[in-house]
Amino acid sequence: MYNFTFHRPTTVRQAAGLLARNPEGKLLAGGHSLLPVMKQRLAQPSALVDLSQVEGLTGVELKGRSVVIGAMTRHADVANSEILKEVLPGLASTPGSIGDPQVRNRGTLGGSIANNDPNADYPAACLGLGATIITNKRRIAADDFFQGMFTTALEEGEIIVKVSFPIAKKAAYEKFKHPASGFALVGVFVSKRGPDIRVAVTGAGSNGVFRVKSFEEALAKRFSPKSIEGLTIPTSGMNSDIHATPEYRAHLVGVLARRALAKATA
Amino acid sequence: MTATGIGAPVRRKEDFRFVTGQGQYTDDVTRPGETRAVFVRSPHAHARIKKIDVAAAKKMPGVVDVLTGAQLADDKVGNLICGWMIHSKDGSPMKMSAHPALAASKVNCVGDAVAVVIAETLGQARDAAEKVVVDYEVLPAVVDPAKAQAKDAPQIHADIAKNTIYQWHLGDQKAVEAAFKAAKHVTRLDIVNNRLAPNAMEPRAALADYDAGNDHLTLWNTSQNPHVARLVISAFVGIAPEHKLRVIAPDVGGGFGSKIFIYPEEVVCLWAARKVKRPVKWTSDRTEAFLTDAHGRDHVTHAELAVNADGKITALRAKTIANLGAYMSTFSSSVPTYLYATLLSGQYDIPQIYCEVDAVYTNTVPVDAYRGAGRPEATFVVERLVEVAARQLGLDPAEFRKRNFIRNFPHQTPVIMAYDAGDYNASLKKAMELADVKGFAKRKRESARHGKLRGLGYSTYIEACGIAPSQAVGSLGAGVGLWESAEVRVNPTGNVEVLTGSHAHGQGHETTFAQLVSERLGIPFDSVSIVHGDTDKVQFGMGTYGSRSGAVGMSAIVKALDKIEAKAKKVAGFMMEAAEADIDFKDGKFTVKGTDKSVAFGDVALNAYIAHKFTGAELEPGLKETSFYDPTNFTFPAGCHICEVEIDGETGKSEIVNWTAVDDFGTVINPMIVEGQVHGGIAQGVGQALLEGVVYDASGQLVTASFMDYTMPRAHDLPSFHVGLTETKSPSNPLGMKGCGEAGAIAAPAAVMNAITDALGTEDIAMPATASAVWSAMQRTPPKAA
Repeated sequence: MYNFTFHRPTTVRQAAGLLARNPEGKLLAGGHSLLPVMKQRLAQPSALVDLSQVEGLTGVELKGRSVVIGAMTRHADVANSEILKEVLPGLASTPGSIGDPQVRNRGTLGGSIANNDPNADYPAACLGLGATIITNKRRIAADDFFQGMFTTALEEGEIIVKVSFPIAKKAAYEKFKHPASGFALVGVFVSKRGPDIRVAVTGAGSNGVFRVKSFEEALAKRFSPKSIEGLTIPTSGMNSDIHATPEYRAHLVGVLARRALAKATA
Repeated sequence: MTATGIGAPVRRKEDFRFVTGQGQYTDDVTRPGETRAVFVRSPHAHARIKKIDVAAAKKMPGVVDVLTGAQLADDKVGNLICGWMIHSKDGSPMKMSAHPALAASKVNCVGDAVAVVIAETLGQARDAAEKVVVDYEVLPAVVDPAKAQAKDAPQIHADIAKNTIYQWHLGDQKAVEAAFKAAKHVTRLDIVNNRLAPNAMEPRAALADYDAGNDHLTLWNTSQNPHVARLVISAFVGIAPEHKLRVIAPDVGGGFGSKIFIYPEEVVCLWAARKVKRPVKWTSDRTEAFLTDAHGRDHVTHAELAVNADGKITALRAKTIANLGAYMSTFSSSVPTYLYATLLSGQYDIPQIYCEVDAVYTNTVPVDAYRGAGRPEATFVVERLVEVAARQLGLDPAEFRKRNFIRNFPHQTPVIMAYDAGDYNASLKKAMELADVKGFAKRKRESARHGKLRGLGYSTYIEACGIAPSQAVGSLGAGVGLWESAEVRVNPTGNVEVLTGSHAHGQGHETTFAQLVSERLGIPFDSVSIVHGDTDKVQFGMGTYGSRSGAVGMSAIVKALDKIEAKAKKVAGFMMEAAEADIDFKDGKFTVKGTDKSVAFGDVALNAYIAHKFTGAELEPGLKETSFYDPTNFTFPAGCHICEVEIDGETGKSEIVNWTAVDDFGTVINPMIVEGQVHGGIAQGVGQALLEGVVYDASGQLVTASFMDYTMPRAHDLPSFHVGLTETKSPSNPLGMKGCGEAGAIAAPAAVMNAITDALGTEDIAMPATASAVWSAMQRTPPKAA
């Protein structure tokens, strides 16, 4: 690990100020993606701005027809949230599949979506529920937020404060784990909220999380696994590595979408 | 059986210090003035070193020195060697190219070390290592053993044509050809035995300390055999004579074979410690471990089985290309030859066997022994051939095996080995009962109702352990003898220290060896301590690998205990004024035949040392005996593993739903430890079959260099095992032991693949059978609806 300065602000404003003064600095949320690459000397931030002591960034809250989750809420706290288990169990189950207990007790919602790892689980949940990402500057729709592998709409100095998830009547996540890393080899989040039907896929695409419009259209008639039986997605744009071919990933998108639909409609 | 004697499931003594974090591993050892070493490693698989510039690195803060391969050569530090001579079929000796501890002119795999930075702290050494500038001329690389001998393949070592180390064979080629001509049925298989990274929990480490006053070096290292390390480093590398080098392998956290070998890093630390006159420590990180620990397996094989009209196997033939990597590691040459082809008879009476093996250099990490070493590869060939032959002939695979089992012992195979004892039918029968093979058809139908494919696979394996009779292995090319030593020191107060040449790195010797001594001398289990892993304390020994610590290491202790008993009887005779021949020893008491006189073992020990009851002319004082035990034969553990898998018809994901292992290890000292060894072995074998596989890209970059890419087996990948034992004692050692350390890893891959191919109805799938690979196989050959 290279040397860096360490800051521990207590307000979002202080954190933003520190980021502005340290253009080569990085925000430290859970640190479970950032610290390993720093240890391997693949990242060299000049400063770390630790968000763990910033007030008001944690917790799960019911607000009208949405659930609002603080950006620094740990995966384990989201997975165990009584509120979520009652109103949006499909979302609660998503972070429960991330990593191992150590990761789930350190990793955060905000850290995960700001990193936008193409194999991460939360981007599928955000896009699959049509969430709104709330920063210290603005509100960004999930459809606009995720802009490709490790790329988001976040601007310099912008800090995710919370994420608002609309409560969908039917929602579920189905994940096929990468055998070594435990990330999503493919993960599919499906939801139905009135006429808004979403099928969001992580892990499969070489450009990060995406929606499957053809599935969504087929599901508009009837939100059921049967509606997408026989439908496939093109293999172009699918990831390819030693663990899965593009064909296999495309195939898994269909299988997992049907399984997620079965779970959501059970 | 006593509560702590032979056969008792005694809890492991050593676990208290391990689970409370009080183990002393090499990295835990610190010396005053210690420096840290970081190696500069090649990012290229194959390249000429045009220039190394260390000037900037030397100026970095905290740097003590930066040393290169050119300096190593100037100091006449010798090359690392492979200690087992193999001759090609034309009679020529194997072609071993030079393996310097630091490359001076050319690098031959990614991770090849070209320089070492010695600095005050690890961080400073890392910073400085980044400033070493190496100018490489990149050359084309070859990583696939099947392509290494091609005309257009890049030549890795200038002195080795076609990258071919040897072209070896075993068996009667003509007789085998005739048998195949006469065969009613021939089964043919192309097999890739996937390359594995060993991944011991503790990474390799070395700490070298130079005592200038005495011109003496001490090396702490992660070794399975510290005496052999000292011998090689002294006699071949020439760092220091044996009596001026002490090697200490303290607690070692797993080896699986990978810590048998002598590696460049420990040589460089010793050399550097003398050069900078400071202790030098190196500890591998996990990526470095993937890049430098000797890998295992990596065979490409075409195999054939000939069967006659009665369903009897008449011959087996195999042609294997074995990848030995960029350099020949310490025992690499023996693994795909005498540890492989000699086991191709399996548990079967096969009249004729012929095996050809070409060993090749490639631009990859060296390959050497890894849990099972050659025997898993042999078992995979035999057990896949037998299973597929049975399927092709429409015979029940268990019935076909039974028909061909060896039933009379001793049995001489056509490939050197003489099996001494076994009952293969007994383990098959017991395993079939435990696995409820009769109920399988019903379970398969039930799976089909849920869209799942169920399969059952056998592996009736054999291995040669208790390695090994020295004269026999010497005649096969081994550079060393494979006996073991023990010294039993009885202290005046009656407790006992056993100094063993075996080395424990997870096996539990401190427990099992103490069980033996406790039972033999009738003293409490806690009155015995086991000393190992230090060349200054322990007489020369050969170390632990090849499931040899029980069959060979404990036999040496038995022999030393025999001598202790004989001497103690003399002492007891003087104490009780009786003739030595009239003394009996039982349950820790010496008695005089026909009298009620008795003395306890502890009193005898004290009297041996105070020497008041006999004169120096009558008996030497003291009670300490040494033995060097050389076995008369290998041992032949064998058994039957049955794997049952369920495959998700949509995703191709396999789940092992049932595992039965019935093994014959001969005498078992501690059934709990044996069961643990079986569990661990199966986990590694399942890892090979379903999950693990080292992948290099065409340019020679290691794609699987972390746990994010290389899939280690985890608890959730495995079922709860059904483990059983059968017992035929080995006649080749005093305790009748056979060894259990490698059985699981040897048996498991074939059992898994036989189950998966049974479920899929196609043989067209290689290891690791990942979900993706199974799905692809189902696309090529859609499974028949059950």
